[in-house]
Amino acid sequence: MSSGFRTYHEVDELRSDLPDQIAAGDERVSVRLASVARVIAVMSGKGGVGKSLVSGLLATALARRGDRVGLVDADLNGPSVPRLLGIEPGVLAESRNGFAPPSSRAGVRVMSMAFLMEPDRALTWREPADAGFVWRGAQERGALREFLSDVAWGELDVLLVDLPPGTQRLAELHALVPGLAGIIAVTIPSAASRDAVARSLDLARRRGLPMPGLVENLSGVRCDACGGLAPLHAGNAGAELAERFRAPLLARLPFDAALGAAADEGRLEEWLAGGGPTAEAVRTMVDVLRAAPATR
Amino acid sequence: MKFLCVECDRQMAFDERAVPGDGTMAAVFRCPACGRKTAMLANPMETQLVSSLGVKVGGRTVPNENFEGIRAGVEDPRDEALPAAPLTNPGPVRWNVDAVERLGHVPSFVRGMVKKIYNEYARERGIEEMTPAVMDRARSDLGLEGM
Repeated sequence: MSSGFRTYHEVDELRSDLPDQIAAGDERVSVRLASVARVIAVMSGKGGVGKSLVSGLLATALARRGDRVGLVDADLNGPSVPRLLGIEPGVLAESRNGFAPPSSRAGVRVMSMAFLMEPDRALTWREPADAGFVWRGAQERGALREFLSDVAWGELDVLLVDLPPGTQRLAELHALVPGLAGIIAVTIPSAASRDAVARSLDLARRRGLPMPGLVENLSGVRCDACGGLAPLHAGNAGAELAERFRAPLLARLPFDAALGAAADEGRLEEWLAGGGPTAEAVRTMVDVLRAAPATR
Repeated sequence: MKFLCVECDRQMAFDERAVPGDGTMAAVFRCPACGRKTAMLANPMETQLVSSLGVKVGGRTVPNENFEGIRAGVEDPRDEALPAAPLTNPGPVRWNVDAVERLGHVPSFVRGMVKKIYNEYARERGIEEMTPAVMDRARSDLGLEGM
C-alpha cells in the first residue's frame, strides 16, 4: 500500500469481540427457548386485520385445552394483547432467571411493551439527535430479543408471537429463532389486504417457513334470523391466498359484536366458553396448531 | 474498527473505556510494543449506534442485565414496571453522604443500574457501607470508568 502501513484486512492480531457479543445475545434466545416446544408467529402484511385478536383467541383456546402457552406482543408501538387478555399492568417480578411474565385468567403468559409504558404514552427511545432512523431498527430488534431471552417463560407447549404489520419483524424473529415452527397469516377478504398479506407470505415462503395456515377475519356478518353470512368486504382474500401459497384456510371468522366487546373487556376466555360457530372455528384452528411440528 | 501503531506495525489493544455522561464515549487503545496510547472519541450518534446493538466497546465487564437494552433505551417507562430493587437481598448496603452525592452525577436514566452494580460489588465483598473510595475500587475492578 502506498501509505506504507497495513490495511484493515491485513491487521488481524486482535479480533474485535463486538460480533461475539451480538452472537452471545442471540444465543441467550436459543437457551431460553430450549424449553419451548413450538414458536409460532401470527402475522399479516396489513394493519388492522385482527392479528392480535386471533393471537389472543388462539392462545386462550390453547390454554383452555391445558396447554402451557406464552404470547409475545411484538407490536412494540401498538401493543394490545394485555387488554385483550384482561391483564392489568403492574410491577414485573424479576429474579435472576428473568422477568416473570404476567398471566391471563386462562393462564397465558404474556410479555408486552404495554406493561412497560403508561397507557397513553407513545414508545420513544432515548436518542441524541433527530436521526433515530439510523438505530431504531436495532433498538426494536433488541427489545424483541429481550422479550424472548429475558423473560422466564418456563416450559411451554407453544409460544405465539404476535407480529406488527409489515415484514421486517418477521425477518428479525426468524433470525432470532431459525427453527420457527410456522406462521399463521391473518387477512380480511379485501383485495388490498390480499396484496399486502401476499407480500408477507412471499417472504415466509422464500425463507422456507412452514405455514400451518391462514385465517380470514371479518369474513362477513351473520344474520341473526337465518344464520347466513352477509359480506362485509368485497373480495375473497382468504381462499385466494390459501390457493396461491398452498396453505390451508383454517377459519373464516365473521364480524361478531359480542367478540369485539369481549376483546375490549379482556373476556376472551368467557367468550370462548360461550360456544357458537365462531368459537368452534377457533377450536378447529387450535387442533391444527397442536399438530404443527416442533421448533427445530 | 482497528487501530494500528504505525511506528511499531502492531495492532493496538483495547485498554480502557470512559463514559463521561454527556452521550459521548472514549475508548483508549494501547500499542503492546511501545505502550503508546490513542483515544477514540465517539460522538453521541456513534455512541448511540453502539449502544443500540447492545454491545460494549472493549468487552463486557459486568454480566447482562435483564431487559438491559429496554431499560437503557426506552424513554419514560412506567416507574413501577421495572423496579431497581436488588435481585437478591443478602443485606442492605448503606450509602454515605459523599457516595450519594457522587452517584447524583451519574445520568438519571442509568443511575438505577449503576447503583445496582455498586451494591452488588459491595455485597459480594461483604462491604456494608458505600463510600467514594469503594466506588473508585469498584470502577477499577469492574472497568466502570465514567460511572
